[in-house]
Amino acid sequence: MKGSKARSVLPGFGLSLGFTVFYLCILVLIPLAGIVVKTTGLTWDQFWQTVTSQRVLASYKISFFTSFFAALINLVFGLIVAWVLVRYKFPGKKLVDALVDLPFALPTAVAGVALTAIYAPNGWVGSLLEPLGVKVAFTPLGITIALIFIGLPFVVRTVQPVLQDLEKETEEAAVMLGAYRWRTFRRVILPELIPPLLTGFALAFARGLGEYGSVVFISGNMPMKTEITPLLIMTKLEQYDYSGATAIALMMLLASFAMLLLINYIQWRSNRRAVTE
Amino acid sequence: MAGAVTSHLSHEAAKRPKHITESPIVKWVLISIALLFLALVVLLPLISVFIEAFKQGMSVYWASITDPDAVSALKLTLMTALIAVPLNTIFGIAAAWAITKFSFRGKNLLITLIDLPFSISPVISGLIFVLLFGAQGWFGPWLDDHNIQILFALPGIVLATTFVTFPFVARELIPLMQAQGVHEEEAAASLGAKGWQIFWRVTLPNIKWGLLYGIILCNARAMGEFGAVSVVSGHIRGETNTLPLHVEILYNEYQFSASFAVASLLVFLAVITLIVKSIVEWRTSIVQAGKEGEQADAH
Repeated sequence: MKGSKARSVLPGFGLSLGFTVFYLCILVLIPLAGIVVKTTGLTWDQFWQTVTSQRVLASYKISFFTSFFAALINLVFGLIVAWVLVRYKFPGKKLVDALVDLPFALPTAVAGVALTAIYAPNGWVGSLLEPLGVKVAFTPLGITIALIFIGLPFVVRTVQPVLQDLEKETEEAAVMLGAYRWRTFRRVILPELIPPLLTGFALAFARGLGEYGSVVFISGNMPMKTEITPLLIMTKLEQYDYSGATAIALMMLLASFAMLLLINYIQWRSNRRAVTE
Repeated sequence: MAGAVTSHLSHEAAKRPKHITESPIVKWVLISIALLFLALVVLLPLISVFIEAFKQGMSVYWASITDPDAVSALKLTLMTALIAVPLNTIFGIAAAWAITKFSFRGKNLLITLIDLPFSISPVISGLIFVLLFGAQGWFGPWLDDHNIQILFALPGIVLATTFVTFPFVARELIPLMQAQGVHEEEAAASLGAKGWQIFWRVTLPNIKWGLLYGIILCNARAMGEFGAVSVVSGHIRGETNTLPLHVEILYNEYQFSASFAVASLLVFLAVITLIVKSIVEWRTSIVQAGKEGEQADAH
C-alpha cells in the first residue's frame, strides 16, 4: 500500500481510504457480524429445528418459486423491452425509457398498495379476472406480480447497454452468408446477450428473495400459503423471538451471498470471453 | 444494481438498414408487446395511486395530507433523509476518491463490501440494528441505564436508512471517476494545487452531474424505505412513523383514500427523481458529444 501511495502525486489517500473503511466497519460490517454472533448463541439442534420447521420450509418454497417465475417473466419481457428501446424508433420512446426506472424510484410500500388495489377482486384488473376464475391478490400469483414490478429494471438495464454496443457488422456478415433474420438472432445476437440476460435474471431473482414492502400488501400473508421468508422474520421479531428471526436471517444472508458469487462469476466469465476473443 | 445502470438511448442503434432489421409487422408486434407489458406492470399502478387518492374529492385529499399525523410523518421522513443523505454523500465521495485515484490491494473486495447492503433484504437490514440496540441486544442494557433511546426513535430510523442507502452515491461515482482517470488531477497537482483545491476546482466540476444523480437516488430510497424502517420504528403514530409507514397504517385501517393521498406524495418524489435522471443523462450526452467533437477537430 505504501508503494502505491508514493507513486501517486495526488493527496488524500490515507484520509479517504481511512474514512471509507471506518464508516464501512461501523455501519455495515460490525452490525452484520451481529447476526452471526447471535446465531452462535443457539445450539446446532436449535438452529436446525428453527430453519427447517414446516412453516419456515413453506416460506422458502414460496419465496423461491415466486422470485424464480417473476425473474423468468422479466427475462422474456425485459429482453423485448430492451430490444424495442434500442432498435426501434417510436413516439414517446424517451418517456417509456424513463418509465422502466420507476420501480427503482417508487417506494416499495406505494407499489404494494397500488398493485393490491388493481389486482384485488374488486380492482380494475382483478374484477376482470375474477369471472375467469383467476385470483391474483392474496395468492402466490399476486406475489409474483409484485416481484415482476420490482425486478423489471434489473433485466432491462443490464441487457440494454450490451445490445447497444453490438456491432452491426457481425449481423451484416450473417446476412451476407444467407442467414434469415430469425436465424441471425438465434445464432449471432442471442449468444452475445446470454451473459447480461443471466446477470439480469440473477439480480432480479436475488432482489425478489429479499423483497418485503411491495409483497406484504398483495400476498395476504397466510402461513404455509402466501407467507414469504422476510415476512416470517418480521413475525418472529414481533413475537420477540430474536433467536428464531436471526437464524432465518442467516439462511437468507447465505442465499444472497451465494447469488452475489454467482453474479460475479457470470460477469467474470463473460469478461474473460471478451478478452480471449 | 440500482443506480449503477445509466444508459443512453443513441439514435445510432435505432437507424438500421433494411436487411438487418425486422419486417414492420414484427417490429410493431414487438413494440406493442413491450408497451402493453409496461402499461400493465408499471404505468397502471402509477395511475391508480392518483385515481384512488382523488376518488373522494379534493377536500378529502387535502385533509389527508394535512392531517397532523401525516405532517409529522412527513417531517420525520425529511429529517431522516437530511441526516442519512449527506452522510452517505461524504462517504461516497471519499470511497470513490480512494478507489479511483489510487491503486491498492483489496480494492475489489472493498467494492464488493460497499455493494453489500444492496443484496441484503430490508428486513434483515432492520434486524441487525435490533440485535445491536434492542433490549436483549449488545448495547441494549447499557443504553437503558443511560436513558438513551435508539430503537423506536429517530436514531434507529436514521441508522437503518443510512445502512440501506449506503452504496448509492459511491456506486454512481466510482464508474464515472474511473472513466475520467487521474490526468487532470495530476496536472493540477504538478501546477502546485493543494488537495482541496484539486477537489473543488478539478474533480467536482467533472463529477457534478453524476454526483447529483447519486444524491437524488439516495434521497428517493431514504425517503421511501419501508422494510428496514418498519423493523426499527415501533410504529408510534405521530412520533416514529415515516411516510411509507403512514401509508401502511392508513391502508390497514381501510382508510384507502387517505392512504393513497399520502402515497401520492411519495409518487411525486419518484417522478421528480426520474426527471432529474433524464436531465442528467441528457447533460452527460451533450458533454460526451462535445468531447467527441473536440477529438474529431484535433484529427
